[in-house]
Amino acid sequence: MVIEVMSNEIALLAIFLLSIFVGFEVVSKVSTTLHTPLMSGANAIHGVILVGAIVVADHAKTNLELGLALAAVILATINMVGGFVVTDRMLQMFKGKPKVKKDSGDSK
Amino acid sequence: MSRNLYDLIGLAAGICFILALKGLSSPKSARRGNLIGALGATIATVIVFFYANGGKALNNQILILAAIAFGVLVGVPAARKVQMTQMPQLVALFNGVGGGAAALVAIVEYLKLGDGATTAEVIATVFTVIVGCVSFSGSIITFLKLQELMTTRPVIFPFGRQLIALTLIGVLASGGWVISSGGSTPLLVNGILSLLFGVLFVLPVGGADVPIVISLLNAFTGLTVAASGYVLQTTLLIVAGTLVGASGTILTRLMAEAMGRSLFGTLFGAFTAKAQASTGAVDARPVKSGSPDDVAILLNYAQRVVIVPGFGLAVAQAQHTVRELADLLASKGIEVAYGIHPVAGRMPGHMNVLLAEANVPYEQLVEMEEINPTFPQTDVVLVVGANDVVNPAAKTTPGCPIYGMPILDVALAGNVIFLKRSMRPGFAGIENELLYEAKTTLLFGDAKDSLTKVVSALKAL
Repeated sequence: MVIEVMSNEIALLAIFLLSIFVGFEVVSKVSTTLHTPLMSGANAIHGVILVGAIVVADHAKTNLELGLALAAVILATINMVGGFVVTDRMLQMFKGKPKVKKDSGDSK
Repeated sequence: MSRNLYDLIGLAAGICFILALKGLSSPKSARRGNLIGALGATIATVIVFFYANGGKALNNQILILAAIAFGVLVGVPAARKVQMTQMPQLVALFNGVGGGAAALVAIVEYLKLGDGATTAEVIATVFTVIVGCVSFSGSIITFLKLQELMTTRPVIFPFGRQLIALTLIGVLASGGWVISSGGSTPLLVNGILSLLFGVLFVLPVGGADVPIVISLLNAFTGLTVAASGYVLQTTLLIVAGTLVGASGTILTRLMAEAMGRSLFGTLFGAFTAKAQASTGAVDARPVKSGSPDDVAILLNYAQRVVIVPGFGLAVAQAQHTVRELADLLASKGIEVAYGIHPVAGRMPGHMNVLLAEANVPYEQLVEMEEINPTFPQTDVVLVVGANDVVNPAAKTTPGCPIYGMPILDVALAGNVIFLKRSMRPGFAGIENELLYEAKTTLLFGDAKDSLTKVVSALKAL
């Protein structure tokens, strides 16, 4: 039996839609104490645009394209690396195992 | 590296990001969550070097590595050295450069594809350029506001609404122009108008609402990353970007709720904002200001004292002195607690981070809902460098920028002491009626100096 594989476009759409639901679910219950670190962590994650910046820098044909792509690499690296470092610094402050009253209930 | 292997490893990185967000939602696992996210990002970055050029060394590899090294050299010291008080604006800045990077990636890919781009790719490119540019310029403005390099009050200018609406129409029209005719000029116009729109969009936002805007722009940047992932056919970027976009949207709503703000009102403040009625008449009214000795006596004969820390405490680096005072009061048998407003500081949770840095015992930090019922039994409230979070105007003055925000009901306590630098209103720029009440004593000066004087006066009693 031949099973037809999803077309690429539909597969990407499925990934996109499922990711929306996962994104909604994972942060739906979070105490105000963690709003700032969570935002900062999410901010660092979108620094992964660095991957895209590297790809376009590799493909670049003209100097203009290369220049713009390298600028993107620099900006994305700052976003990603700086983002994770500053989030870690914020979270270090919680290391005394504080008692947080409005714990989301999900403690691992 | 084969496409399948690359996609599988990319999938693993995507799962790392999901676990990271999940971990960051709970205090116990937050730090580990962040490290898992960093691991995922590292994996994703390393494997692209082995895949993008069919397994051969990348074109321009040296330049790319140099650019990454440069980015690390800028980003890491900034993240390491920033004062904890200035952290929100650094996050805003990081978010802005991320949005800028996404816009640049889409532009380069668009230039390369030329006429070969499909309509769907062009639409995704236009989306990335618009939202990425708005996120970039908007974040720069939030940075300037938080750093107080420009006014924190809403900036309202004549015909502002019309100008913003026109710019938005221009952004959408030039986006349509790109889609219908292609070429680089329309895209340039589109990018410039989008940058302008980002500036105009954030300018009318008042200081107290800036964190919500940062969170929203953060979600925006996530979506641009997802859109450029579509242009580049990279699943990982779609997953990571969408995750941030979706979770960022929820987080923005949660933040707005914690601050008692309507998300709609914040976002479309630009269209609805009216100039605030000025309260010039109140400036001349008398206030009761006291000496450190007066304050020490009030505290000495109290049975229960609640300390309300605000951003002024953090700016003066007075965390340690306030703790000394709290210890001293406790040694006299006085009950001491800290009343923490959810948005004390600049962002939700910011004050907890700052006090934890000064080793204030976590048990003494009491959240707003729990401390509010205890104020009638409290003899003295010591407000250190806070203003908006105790301003009764949030309850009594419909139409003021903080109206509806839940506040600490310090007015219910026997006495209120404000340690303030001056009569200048708080970050939201609103007059605080509580300052003029008979039960209120003001001690002017730098929070740390004032506290040190109060501590020595207390010791002398």
